[in-house]
Amino acid sequence: MKIMNCPLNGPRNISEFAYGGEVKPVPAADAPTPDWADYVYYHDNQPGIVREWWLHVPTSYWFVAVRDVTSDKIIATYRPEEAPP
Amino acid sequence: MPLVLLKHALGFARPQRQIPASRELKPSYDVVIVGGGGHGLAAAYYLAKDWGITNVAVLEKGWLGGGNTARNTAIVRSNYITPEGVRFYKESMELFETLSQELDFNVMYTKRGHLTLAHTDAAMRTMRWRAEVNKHLGVASEIVGADEVARIEPKLNMSRQVRWPILGALHHPVGATARHDAVAWGYARRAAERGVEIHQETEVTGFDVEGDRITAVQTTRGRVACGQVLQAVAGMSSKVAGMAGVKLPIRTIPLQACVSQPLKPFLDSIIVSGSLHCYIWQSQRGECVMGGAVDPYPLQAPRSTLDFKEGLMAHMLELFPYLADVPLMRQWAGMADMTPDFSPVMGKTSLENHYIDAGWGTWGFKATPVCGKRMAECVATQKVPDILQAFRFDRFKSFDQVGEAGAASVGT
Ligand SMILES: Cc1cc2nc3c(=O)[nH]c(=O)nc-3n(C[C@H](O)[C@H](O)[C@H](O)COP(=O)(O)OP(=O)(O)OC[C@H]3O[C@@H](n4cnc5c(N)ncnc54)[C@H](O)[C@@H]3O)c2cc1C
Repeated sequence: MKIMNCPLNGPRNISEFAYGGEVKPVPAADAPTPDWADYVYYHDNQPGIVREWWLHVPTSYWFVAVRDVTSDKIIATYRPEEAPP
Repeated sequence: MPLVLLKHALGFARPQRQIPASRELKPSYDVVIVGGGGHGLAAAYYLAKDWGITNVAVLEKGWLGGGNTARNTAIVRSNYITPEGVRFYKESMELFETLSQELDFNVMYTKRGHLTLAHTDAAMRTMRWRAEVNKHLGVASEIVGADEVARIEPKLNMSRQVRWPILGALHHPVGATARHDAVAWGYARRAAERGVEIHQETEVTGFDVEGDRITAVQTTRGRVACGQVLQAVAGMSSKVAGMAGVKLPIRTIPLQACVSQPLKPFLDSIIVSGSLHCYIWQSQRGECVMGGAVDPYPLQAPRSTLDFKEGLMAHMLELFPYLADVPLMRQWAGMADMTPDFSPVMGKTSLENHYIDAGWGTWGFKATPVCGKRMAECVATQKVPDILQAFRFDRFKSFDQVGEAGAASVGT
Protein backbone atom coordinates (compact mmCIF):
# COMPACT_ATOMS: atom_id res chain seq x y z
CA MET A 1 0.00 0.00 0.00
CA LYS A 2 1.30 3.42 -0.91
CA ILE A 3 0.73 6.23 1.57
CA MET A 4 0.25 9.92 0.84
CA ASN A 5 0.34 12.51 3.59
CA CYS A 6 -2.74 14.73 3.26
CA PRO A 7 -2.17 18.16 4.84
CA LEU A 8 -5.72 18.02 6.23
CA ASN A 9 -6.21 14.33 7.07
CA GLY A 10 -2.72 12.98 7.66
CA PRO A 11 -1.28 9.81 6.11
CA ARG A 12 -3.85 7.94 3.98
CA ASN A 13 -3.85 5.16 1.38
CA ILE A 14 -3.06 6.56 -2.10
CA SER A 15 -6.31 5.02 -3.36
CA GLU A 16 -8.19 7.73 -1.46
CA PHE A 17 -6.62 10.42 -3.64
CA ALA A 18 -7.18 11.64 -7.19
CA TYR A 19 -4.54 13.24 -9.38
CA GLY A 20 -5.39 16.77 -10.53
CA GLY A 21 -2.61 17.80 -12.92
CA GLU A 22 0.58 19.87 -12.88
CA VAL A 23 0.63 23.13 -10.93
CA LYS A 24 0.82 25.91 -13.54
CA PRO A 25 -0.42 29.49 -13.90
CA VAL A 26 -4.18 29.67 -14.49
CA PRO A 27 -5.26 31.97 -17.35
CA ALA A 28 -7.51 34.91 -16.52
CA ALA A 29 -11.23 34.13 -16.73
CA ASP A 30 -11.52 36.28 -19.87
CA ALA A 31 -8.31 35.02 -21.49
CA PRO A 32 -8.61 33.97 -25.17
CA THR A 33 -9.95 30.46 -25.75
CA PRO A 34 -6.66 29.01 -27.08
CA ASP A 35 -4.99 30.00 -23.77
CA TRP A 36 -7.59 28.02 -21.88
CA ALA A 37 -7.26 25.09 -24.31
CA ASP A 38 -3.51 25.18 -23.74
CA TYR A 39 -4.01 25.21 -19.97
CA VAL A 40 -6.47 22.31 -19.99
CA TYR A 41 -4.98 19.99 -22.62
CA TYR A 42 -1.22 20.62 -22.95
CA HIS A 43 1.22 19.51 -20.28
CA ASP A 44 4.95 19.65 -19.62
CA ASN A 45 4.89 15.93 -18.73
CA GLN A 46 8.64 15.81 -18.07
CA PRO A 47 10.51 13.34 -15.87
CA GLY A 48 11.91 14.64 -12.57
CA ILE A 49 10.46 16.46 -9.58
CA VAL A 50 7.09 18.04 -10.25
CA ARG A 51 4.48 20.00 -8.28
CA GLU A 52 0.98 18.61 -8.73
CA TRP A 53 -2.59 19.16 -7.61
CA TRP A 54 -4.09 16.25 -5.68
CA LEU A 55 -7.56 15.74 -4.20
CA HIS A 56 -8.38 13.78 -1.07
CA VAL A 57 -11.63 12.39 -2.45
CA PRO A 58 -13.58 11.54 0.74
CA THR A 59 -13.12 15.05 2.11
CA SER A 60 -12.99 16.95 -1.22
CA TYR A 61 -9.78 18.62 -0.06
CA TRP A 62 -7.38 19.97 -2.73
CA PHE A 63 -3.70 20.36 -1.95
CA VAL A 64 -0.28 20.38 -3.62
CA ALA A 65 2.18 17.46 -3.67
CA VAL A 66 5.83 17.55 -4.68
CA ARG A 67 6.51 14.22 -6.37
CA ASP A 68 9.42 12.64 -8.20
CA VAL A 69 7.51 11.33 -11.22
CA THR A 70 10.37 9.04 -12.18
CA SER A 71 10.67 7.18 -8.86
CA ASP A 72 7.09 7.84 -7.64
CA LYS A 73 8.45 9.19 -4.33
CA ILE A 74 6.20 11.75 -2.68
CA ILE A 75 8.64 14.35 -1.39
CA ALA A 76 6.27 16.79 0.33
CA THR A 77 2.64 17.84 0.48
CA TYR A 78 1.32 21.25 1.54
CA ARG A 79 -1.80 23.39 1.69
CA PRO A 80 -2.26 25.54 -1.41
CA GLU A 81 -2.33 28.74 0.67
CA GLU A 82 1.05 27.88 2.26
CA ALA A 83 4.40 28.76 0.73
CA PRO A 84 5.97 25.74 -1.04
CA PRO A 85 8.58 23.97 1.14
CA MET B 1 25.71 -34.62 -29.41
CA PRO B 2 23.82 -34.95 -32.69
CA LEU B 3 26.31 -35.31 -35.52
CA VAL B 4 24.51 -32.73 -37.58
CA LEU B 5 25.73 -30.05 -35.15
CA LEU B 6 29.29 -31.14 -35.74
CA LYS B 7 28.74 -30.93 -39.48
CA HIS B 8 27.55 -27.33 -39.19
CA ALA B 9 30.37 -26.42 -36.82
CA LEU B 10 32.95 -27.63 -39.30
CA GLY B 11 31.24 -26.21 -42.39
CA PHE B 12 31.69 -22.68 -43.69
CA ALA B 13 28.04 -21.64 -43.68
CA ARG B 14 27.10 -19.53 -40.69
CA PRO B 15 23.67 -18.18 -39.88
CA GLN B 16 23.45 -14.63 -41.17
CA ARG B 17 22.91 -11.71 -38.84
CA GLN B 18 19.34 -10.57 -39.16
CA ILE B 19 20.30 -6.95 -38.74
CA PRO B 20 23.74 -5.63 -39.69
CA ALA B 21 26.02 -4.69 -36.79
CA SER B 22 25.97 -0.99 -35.88
CA ARG B 23 28.60 1.14 -37.50
CA GLU B 24 29.76 4.65 -36.72
CA LEU B 25 27.05 7.27 -37.14
CA LYS B 26 27.33 9.18 -40.41
CA PRO B 27 27.66 12.98 -40.12
CA SER B 28 24.23 13.44 -41.68
CA TYR B 29 21.05 11.66 -42.78
CA ASP B 30 18.07 12.66 -44.89
CA VAL B 31 15.75 11.34 -42.22
CA VAL B 32 16.48 10.61 -38.56
CA ILE B 33 13.89 8.46 -36.80
CA VAL B 34 13.97 8.70 -33.01
CA GLY B 35 12.75 5.47 -31.40
CA GLY B 36 13.29 1.90 -32.54
CA GLY B 37 9.92 0.51 -31.54
CA GLY B 38 7.48 -1.00 -34.01
CA HIS B 39 6.32 2.43 -35.18
CA GLY B 40 9.77 3.88 -35.90
CA LEU B 41 10.94 0.70 -37.63
CA ALA B 42 7.78 0.43 -39.74
CA ALA B 43 8.19 4.03 -40.85
CA ALA B 44 11.81 3.29 -41.80
CA TYR B 45 10.72 0.28 -43.85
CA TYR B 46 8.01 2.14 -45.79
CA LEU B 47 10.29 5.16 -46.36
CA ALA B 48 12.71 2.80 -48.09
CA LYS B 49 10.18 0.60 -49.83
CA ASP B 50 7.44 3.02 -50.90
CA TRP B 51 9.51 6.15 -51.41
CA GLY B 52 13.07 4.99 -52.12
CA ILE B 53 14.41 7.07 -49.20
CA THR B 54 17.21 5.02 -47.66
CA ASN B 55 19.63 7.56 -46.21
CA VAL B 56 17.79 7.01 -42.94
CA ALA B 57 18.95 6.29 -39.38
CA VAL B 58 16.76 4.81 -36.68
CA LEU B 59 18.19 5.83 -33.28
CA GLU B 60 17.12 3.68 -30.35
CA LYS B 61 18.31 4.35 -26.80
CA GLY B 62 17.92 0.71 -25.70
CA TRP B 63 17.24 -2.27 -27.89
CA LEU B 64 14.80 -2.81 -30.76
CA GLY B 65 11.22 -3.09 -29.66
CA GLY B 66 12.19 -2.92 -25.98
CA GLY B 67 9.61 -0.21 -25.25
CA ASN B 68 5.86 -0.67 -25.41
CA THR B 69 6.24 -2.78 -28.52
CA ALA B 70 7.49 -5.69 -26.41
CA ARG B 71 5.16 -4.95 -23.51
CA ASN B 72 1.77 -4.82 -25.16
CA THR B 73 -0.88 -7.50 -25.10
CA ALA B 74 -0.87 -7.77 -28.89
CA ILE B 75 -4.56 -7.14 -29.59
CA VAL B 76 -5.48 -5.98 -33.09
CA ARG B 77 -9.00 -4.71 -33.87
CA SER B 78 -10.78 -1.92 -35.73
CA ASN B 79 -14.17 -1.67 -33.97
CA TYR B 80 -13.63 1.88 -32.71
CA ILE B 81 -16.29 4.57 -32.38
CA THR B 82 -15.20 7.59 -34.46
CA PRO B 83 -15.25 7.36 -38.27
CA GLU B 84 -11.70 8.81 -38.34
CA GLY B 85 -10.44 6.10 -36.00
CA VAL B 86 -12.29 3.21 -37.63
CA ARG B 87 -11.02 4.15 -41.09
CA PHE B 88 -7.45 4.30 -39.82
CA TYR B 89 -7.43 1.04 -37.83
CA LYS B 90 -9.24 -0.74 -40.67
CA GLU B 91 -6.38 0.12 -43.01
CA SER B 92 -3.95 -1.27 -40.42
CA MET B 93 -5.80 -4.59 -40.26
CA GLU B 94 -5.71 -4.82 -44.04
CA LEU B 95 -1.92 -4.44 -43.89
CA PHE B 96 -1.71 -7.02 -41.08
CA GLU B 97 -3.53 -9.57 -43.28
CA THR B 98 -0.51 -9.92 -45.55
CA LEU B 99 2.26 -8.68 -43.27
CA SER B 100 3.95 -12.07 -42.79
CA GLN B 101 4.19 -12.47 -46.58
CA GLU B 102 5.23 -8.86 -47.14
CA LEU B 103 8.07 -9.13 -44.61
CA ASP B 104 8.75 -12.84 -45.16
CA PHE B 105 8.73 -13.01 -41.38
CA ASN B 106 6.05 -14.81 -39.39
CA VAL B 107 4.18 -12.26 -37.29
CA MET B 108 1.65 -14.93 -36.23
CA TYR B 109 -1.38 -12.84 -37.15
CA THR B 110 -4.24 -14.87 -35.70
CA LYS B 111 -7.93 -14.02 -35.96
CA ARG B 112 -9.67 -15.05 -32.76
CA GLY B 113 -12.81 -12.94 -32.63
CA HIS B 114 -13.29 -10.13 -30.12
CA LEU B 115 -16.18 -9.65 -27.68
CA THR B 116 -16.69 -6.36 -25.84
CA LEU B 117 -19.12 -7.26 -23.07
CA ALA B 118 -21.94 -4.97 -22.03
CA HIS B 119 -23.27 -5.15 -18.47
CA THR B 120 -25.58 -2.12 -18.52
CA ASP B 121 -28.14 -0.58 -20.87
CA ALA B 122 -25.82 2.39 -21.32
CA ALA B 123 -23.02 0.08 -22.45
CA MET B 124 -25.40 -1.69 -24.88
CA ARG B 125 -26.25 1.71 -26.35
CA THR B 126 -22.55 2.51 -26.90
CA MET B 127 -22.04 -0.92 -28.51
CA ARG B 128 -24.95 -0.30 -30.88
CA TRP B 129 -23.44 3.04 -31.83
CA ARG B 130 -20.06 1.42 -32.46
CA ALA B 131 -21.62 -1.40 -34.51
CA GLU B 132 -23.40 1.11 -36.77
CA VAL B 133 -20.28 3.24 -37.34
CA ASN B 134 -18.24 0.08 -37.96
CA LYS B 135 -20.68 -1.44 -40.44
CA HIS B 136 -21.05 1.83 -42.28
CA LEU B 137 -17.30 1.81 -42.89
CA GLY B 138 -17.18 -1.87 -43.84
CA VAL B 139 -15.84 -3.31 -40.58
CA ALA B 140 -17.34 -6.62 -39.42
CA SER B 141 -19.03 -5.74 -36.14
CA GLU B 142 -22.43 -6.56 -34.67
CA ILE B 143 -24.44 -6.56 -31.45
CA VAL B 144 -25.10 -9.99 -30.00
CA GLY B 145 -27.37 -10.93 -27.10
CA ALA B 146 -26.46 -12.94 -24.02
CA ASP B 147 -27.43 -16.28 -25.64
CA GLU B 148 -25.12 -15.66 -28.55
CA VAL B 149 -22.29 -14.59 -26.21
CA ALA B 150 -22.69 -17.89 -24.36
CA ARG B 151 -22.62 -19.79 -27.67
CA ILE B 152 -19.46 -18.04 -28.91
CA GLU B 153 -17.58 -18.38 -25.63
CA PRO B 154 -19.15 -21.20 -23.56
CA LYS B 155 -16.66 -20.84 -20.70
CA LEU B 156 -17.82 -17.32 -19.77
CA ASN B 157 -19.77 -17.01 -16.54
CA MET B 158 -23.25 -16.01 -17.75
CA SER B 159 -24.83 -16.30 -14.30
CA ARG B 160 -27.17 -13.49 -13.21
CA GLN B 161 -25.93 -13.96 -9.62
CA VAL B 162 -23.04 -11.52 -10.03
CA ARG B 163 -22.72 -7.78 -9.51
CA TRP B 164 -22.70 -7.07 -13.25
CA PRO B 165 -24.42 -9.81 -15.32
CA ILE B 166 -23.56 -9.93 -19.03
CA LEU B 167 -26.42 -8.49 -21.11
CA GLY B 168 -24.81 -8.79 -24.52
CA ALA B 169 -21.71 -7.79 -26.44
CA LEU B 170 -20.21 -6.10 -29.45
CA HIS B 171 -18.88 -8.96 -31.56
CA HIS B 172 -15.95 -8.25 -33.89
CA PRO B 173 -15.28 -11.60 -35.58
CA VAL B 174 -12.03 -10.40 -37.21
CA GLY B 175 -10.44 -9.27 -33.91
CA ALA B 176 -6.91 -10.71 -33.84
CA THR B 177 -3.55 -10.94 -32.13
CA ALA B 178 -0.06 -10.82 -33.61
CA ARG B 179 3.37 -11.46 -32.18
CA HIS B 180 4.52 -7.99 -31.23
CA ASP B 181 8.28 -8.38 -31.29
CA ALA B 182 8.12 -10.23 -34.61
CA VAL B 183 6.45 -7.14 -36.07
CA ALA B 184 9.34 -4.95 -34.91
CA TRP B 185 11.97 -7.45 -36.00
CA GLY B 186 10.38 -8.09 -39.39
CA TYR B 187 10.26 -4.37 -40.20
CA ALA B 188 13.81 -3.85 -38.88
CA ARG B 189 15.25 -6.65 -40.93
CA ARG B 190 13.62 -5.61 -44.20
CA ALA B 191 14.40 -1.93 -43.64
CA ALA B 192 18.06 -2.77 -42.98
CA GLU B 193 18.16 -4.85 -46.15
CA ARG B 194 17.13 -1.76 -48.10
CA GLY B 195 19.93 0.31 -46.58
CA VAL B 196 18.35 1.91 -43.51
CA GLU B 197 20.84 2.15 -40.61
CA ILE B 198 19.61 0.95 -37.25
CA HIS B 199 21.59 2.19 -34.25
CA GLN B 200 20.76 0.67 -30.89
CA GLU B 201 22.09 2.04 -27.59
CA THR B 202 21.99 5.49 -29.13
CA GLU B 203 19.94 7.95 -27.11
CA VAL B 204 18.78 11.26 -28.51
CA THR B 205 19.63 13.95 -25.94
CA GLY B 206 18.75 17.17 -27.76
CA PHE B 207 18.01 18.96 -31.01
CA ASP B 208 19.76 21.91 -32.64
CA VAL B 209 16.92 24.20 -33.70
CA GLU B 210 17.45 27.12 -36.04
CA GLY B 211 14.37 29.22 -36.75
CA ASP B 212 11.62 26.72 -37.37
CA ARG B 213 13.87 23.81 -38.38
CA ILE B 214 15.78 21.10 -36.59
CA THR B 215 19.22 21.11 -38.15
CA ALA B 216 20.88 18.39 -36.10
CA VAL B 217 20.19 15.71 -33.55
CA GLN B 218 22.45 15.35 -30.50
CA THR B 219 22.98 11.80 -29.32
CA THR B 220 25.03 9.92 -26.75
CA ARG B 221 27.27 8.94 -29.69
CA GLY B 222 27.70 12.40 -31.15
CA ARG B 223 25.84 14.88 -33.26
CA VAL B 224 24.24 14.14 -36.63
CA ALA B 225 22.80 16.63 -39.10
CA CYS B 226 19.38 15.80 -40.44
CA GLY B 227 16.97 16.68 -43.21
CA GLN B 228 13.87 15.65 -41.34
CA VAL B 229 13.15 14.18 -37.92
CA LEU B 230 10.40 11.71 -37.09
CA GLN B 231 9.91 10.91 -33.43
CA ALA B 232 8.11 7.72 -32.37
CA VAL B 233 9.03 7.32 -28.71
CA ALA B 234 5.68 6.51 -27.03
CA GLY B 235 5.99 7.16 -23.26
CA MET B 236 8.94 9.53 -23.82
CA SER B 237 7.08 11.67 -26.39
CA SER B 238 6.84 14.81 -24.23
CA LYS B 239 10.48 14.56 -23.21
CA VAL B 240 11.75 14.26 -26.78
CA ALA B 241 9.33 16.86 -28.20
CA GLY B 242 10.32 19.12 -25.32
CA MET B 243 13.92 19.05 -26.61
CA ALA B 244 12.55 20.75 -29.73
CA GLY B 245 10.46 23.18 -27.67
CA VAL B 246 7.18 21.49 -28.62
CA LYS B 247 4.54 20.90 -25.93
CA LEU B 248 2.14 17.98 -26.40
CA PRO B 249 -1.39 17.11 -25.24
CA ILE B 250 0.02 14.03 -23.53
CA ARG B 251 0.40 12.57 -20.06
CA THR B 252 2.62 9.54 -19.45
CA ILE B 253 0.76 6.98 -17.35
CA PRO B 254 1.80 3.37 -16.70
CA LEU B 255 -0.27 0.56 -18.17
CA GLN B 256 0.14 -2.84 -16.55
CA ALA B 257 -0.49 -6.37 -17.74
CA CYS B 258 0.16 -9.93 -16.61
CA VAL B 259 0.05 -13.56 -17.76
CA SER B 260 -1.01 -16.73 -15.96
CA GLN B 261 0.58 -20.14 -16.02
CA PRO B 262 -0.19 -22.03 -19.22
CA LEU B 263 -3.53 -23.85 -19.25
CA LYS B 264 -5.12 -26.19 -21.77
CA PRO B 265 -6.95 -24.20 -24.43
CA PHE B 266 -10.33 -23.05 -23.10
CA LEU B 267 -10.78 -19.59 -24.60
CA ASP B 268 -10.92 -18.73 -28.32
CA SER B 269 -11.89 -15.06 -28.33
CA ILE B 270 -10.48 -11.89 -26.88
CA ILE B 271 -12.86 -10.85 -24.07
CA VAL B 272 -13.06 -7.21 -22.97
CA SER B 273 -15.24 -5.63 -20.33
CA GLY B 274 -15.23 -1.85 -20.17
CA SER B 275 -17.47 -1.77 -17.10
CA LEU B 276 -15.25 -4.24 -15.24
CA HIS B 277 -12.01 -2.64 -16.49
CA CYS B 278 -10.46 -5.87 -17.68
CA TYR B 279 -9.62 -7.94 -20.73
CA ILE B 280 -8.27 -11.44 -21.34
CA TRP B 281 -7.23 -13.80 -24.13
CA GLN B 282 -5.36 -17.10 -24.20
CA SER B 283 -2.06 -17.23 -26.03
CA GLN B 284 -0.83 -20.02 -28.29
CA ARG B 285 1.23 -21.21 -25.30
CA GLY B 286 -1.90 -21.45 -23.17
CA GLU B 287 -1.15 -18.46 -20.95
CA CYS B 288 -4.00 -16.10 -20.11
CA VAL B 289 -2.90 -12.61 -21.15
CA MET B 290 -4.70 -10.07 -18.98
CA GLY B 291 -4.86 -6.34 -18.51
CA GLY B 292 -7.10 -3.38 -17.74
CA ALA B 293 -7.09 0.40 -17.78
CA VAL B 294 -4.10 2.67 -17.08
CA ASP B 295 -2.89 3.39 -13.54
CA PRO B 296 -4.74 6.06 -11.56
CA TYR B 297 -1.97 8.66 -11.89
CA PRO B 298 0.99 9.58 -14.16
CA LEU B 299 4.49 8.20 -13.77
CA GLN B 300 7.53 8.32 -16.05
CA ALA B 301 8.78 4.83 -15.28
CA PRO B 302 7.28 1.39 -15.69
CA ARG B 303 6.65 -0.53 -12.49
CA SER B 304 4.21 -3.19 -11.33
CA THR B 305 1.86 -2.84 -8.37
CA LEU B 306 -0.16 -5.15 -6.17
CA ASP B 307 -3.14 -2.78 -6.41
CA PHE B 308 -3.37 -3.42 -10.13
CA LYS B 309 -3.35 -7.18 -9.72
CA GLU B 310 -5.94 -7.16 -6.94
CA GLY B 311 -8.25 -4.82 -8.80
CA LEU B 312 -7.96 -6.74 -12.03
CA MET B 313 -8.53 -10.15 -10.51
CA ALA B 314 -11.54 -9.07 -8.47
CA HIS B 315 -13.28 -8.37 -11.77
CA MET B 316 -11.76 -11.18 -13.81
CA LEU B 317 -13.10 -13.75 -11.39
CA GLU B 318 -16.65 -12.56 -12.06
CA LEU B 319 -16.15 -13.51 -15.71
CA PHE B 320 -14.11 -16.69 -15.11
CA PRO B 321 -14.55 -17.84 -11.47
CA TYR B 322 -12.49 -21.01 -11.98
CA LEU B 323 -9.34 -18.95 -12.66
CA ALA B 324 -9.17 -18.28 -8.90
CA ASP B 325 -6.63 -21.08 -8.37
CA VAL B 326 -4.42 -20.27 -11.35
CA PRO B 327 -1.06 -18.71 -10.45
CA LEU B 328 0.26 -15.68 -12.29
CA MET B 329 3.64 -16.06 -13.94
CA ARG B 330 4.68 -12.56 -14.93
CA GLN B 331 3.55 -9.00 -14.38
CA TRP B 332 4.94 -5.91 -16.09
CA ALA B 333 4.19 -2.35 -17.17
CA GLY B 334 4.84 0.07 -19.99
CA MET B 335 4.63 3.85 -20.18
CA ALA B 336 1.52 4.85 -22.08
CA ASP B 337 1.44 8.25 -23.79
CA MET B 338 -2.17 9.21 -23.07
CA THR B 339 -4.12 11.93 -24.90
CA PRO B 340 -7.30 13.55 -23.53
CA ASP B 341 -9.50 12.05 -26.30
CA PHE B 342 -7.92 8.57 -26.51
CA SER B 343 -6.82 9.20 -30.10
CA PRO B 344 -3.23 9.47 -31.32
CA VAL B 345 -1.23 12.52 -32.36
CA MET B 346 0.30 12.29 -35.83
CA GLY B 347 1.67 14.50 -38.57
CA LYS B 348 3.75 17.68 -38.40
CA THR B 349 4.45 19.78 -35.35
CA SER B 350 4.93 23.55 -35.28
CA LEU B 351 8.46 23.06 -36.64
CA GLU B 352 8.96 22.73 -40.39
CA ASN B 353 10.78 19.38 -40.47
CA HIS B 354 9.67 17.73 -37.22
CA TYR B 355 7.17 14.90 -37.54
CA ILE B 356 5.40 13.25 -34.67
CA ASP B 357 3.91 9.82 -34.11
CA ALA B 358 2.70 9.76 -30.50
CA GLY B 359 -0.27 9.63 -28.19
CA TRP B 360 -0.53 5.91 -28.80
CA GLY B 361 -1.37 5.25 -25.18
CA THR B 362 -2.72 1.78 -24.61
CA TRP B 363 -3.83 1.06 -28.18
CA GLY B 364 -0.97 1.67 -30.63
CA PHE B 365 0.36 -1.78 -31.42
CA LYS B 366 -2.47 -2.52 -33.83
CA ALA B 367 -1.66 0.70 -35.70
CA THR B 368 2.00 -0.16 -36.30
CA PRO B 369 1.68 -0.98 -40.04
CA VAL B 370 -0.66 1.84 -41.05
CA CYS B 371 1.18 4.36 -38.93
CA GLY B 372 4.53 3.39 -40.43
CA LYS B 373 3.12 3.57 -43.93
CA ARG B 374 1.27 6.88 -43.54
CA MET B 375 3.99 8.61 -41.50
CA ALA B 376 6.50 7.57 -44.18
CA GLU B 377 4.20 9.16 -46.77
CA CYS B 378 3.95 12.27 -44.61
CA VAL B 379 7.74 12.61 -44.30
CA ALA B 380 8.43 11.76 -47.94
CA THR B 381 5.83 14.13 -49.44
CA GLN B 382 6.10 16.68 -46.60
CA LYS B 383 2.31 16.79 -46.68
CA VAL B 384 -0.03 15.33 -44.08
CA PRO B 385 -2.10 12.57 -45.76
CA ASP B 386 -5.89 12.91 -45.49
CA ILE B 387 -6.22 9.89 -43.25
CA LEU B 388 -3.95 11.58 -40.63
CA GLN B 389 -5.51 15.07 -40.78
CA ALA B 390 -7.93 14.57 -37.89
CA PHE B 391 -5.10 13.56 -35.55
CA ARG B 392 -3.02 16.75 -35.71
CA PHE B 393 -1.13 17.61 -32.54
CA ASP B 394 -2.77 21.02 -32.11
CA ARG B 395 -6.38 19.83 -32.55
CA PHE B 396 -7.18 20.55 -28.92
CA LYS B 397 -6.43 24.25 -29.39
CA SER B 398 -9.57 24.40 -31.50
CA PHE B 399 -11.43 21.73 -29.49
CA ASP B 400 -11.47 19.30 -32.43
CA GLN B 401 -11.25 16.16 -30.36
CA VAL B 402 -11.52 12.69 -31.91
CA GLY B 403 -13.29 11.15 -28.92
CA GLU B 404 -12.48 7.46 -28.65
CA ALA B 405 -13.02 7.07 -24.89
CA GLY B 406 -16.10 4.92 -25.55
CA ALA B 407 -14.03 2.39 -27.48
CA ALA B 408 -10.49 2.69 -26.16
CA SER B 409 -10.45 3.51 -22.46
CA VAL B 410 -10.20 -0.18 -21.58
CA GLY B 411 -9.31 -2.95 -23.94
CA THR B 412 -6.27 -1.53 -25.66
C1 LIG C 1 0.87 -3.26 -20.99
C2 LIG C 1 0.51 -2.72 -22.34
C3 LIG C 1 -0.43 -3.39 -23.12
C4 LIG C 1 -0.78 -2.90 -24.39
N1 LIG C 1 -1.65 -3.63 -25.15
C5 LIG C 1 -1.93 -3.24 -26.42
C6 LIG C 1 -2.76 -4.04 -27.25
O1 LIG C 1 -3.23 -5.12 -26.84
N2 LIG C 1 -3.04 -3.60 -28.50
C7 LIG C 1 -2.54 -2.43 -28.98
O2 LIG C 1 -2.83 -2.08 -30.12
N3 LIG C 1 -1.71 -1.65 -28.22
C8 LIG C 1 -1.40 -2.03 -26.97
N4 LIG C 1 -0.55 -1.27 -26.18
C9 LIG C 1 -0.01 0.00 -26.73
C10 LIG C 1 1.19 -0.27 -27.62
O3 LIG C 1 2.11 -1.12 -26.96
C11 LIG C 1 1.94 1.01 -27.97
O4 LIG C 1 1.04 2.02 -28.33
C12 LIG C 1 2.89 0.79 -29.14
O5 LIG C 1 3.71 -0.32 -28.89
C13 LIG C 1 3.75 2.00 -29.38
O6 LIG C 1 4.77 1.65 -30.26
P1 LIG C 1 5.98 2.62 -30.50
O7 LIG C 1 6.85 1.97 -31.49
O8 LIG C 1 5.44 3.96 -30.81
O9 LIG C 1 6.65 2.75 -29.06
P2 LIG C 1 7.74 1.87 -28.29
O10 LIG C 1 7.67 0.45 -28.65
O11 LIG C 1 7.65 2.23 -26.85
O12 LIG C 1 9.08 2.42 -28.91
C14 LIG C 1 9.63 3.66 -28.56
C15 LIG C 1 11.11 3.49 -28.46
O13 LIG C 1 11.72 4.77 -28.34
C16 LIG C 1 12.88 4.62 -27.54
N5 LIG C 1 13.26 5.93 -27.03
C17 LIG C 1 12.65 6.69 -26.07
N6 LIG C 1 13.31 7.83 -25.86
C18 LIG C 1 14.37 7.83 -26.71
C19 LIG C 1 15.43 8.74 -26.98
N7 LIG C 1 15.55 9.91 -26.32
N8 LIG C 1 16.36 8.40 -27.93
C20 LIG C 1 16.26 7.22 -28.60
N9 LIG C 1 15.28 6.33 -28.39
C21 LIG C 1 14.34 6.63 -27.46
C22 LIG C 1 12.45 3.63 -26.46
O14 LIG C 1 13.58 2.98 -25.90
C23 LIG C 1 11.56 2.68 -27.25
O15 LIG C 1 12.21 1.51 -27.69
C24 LIG C 1 -0.18 -1.71 -24.89
C25 LIG C 1 0.75 -1.03 -24.11
C26 LIG C 1 1.12 -1.53 -22.85
C27 LIG C 1 2.14 -0.79 -22.05
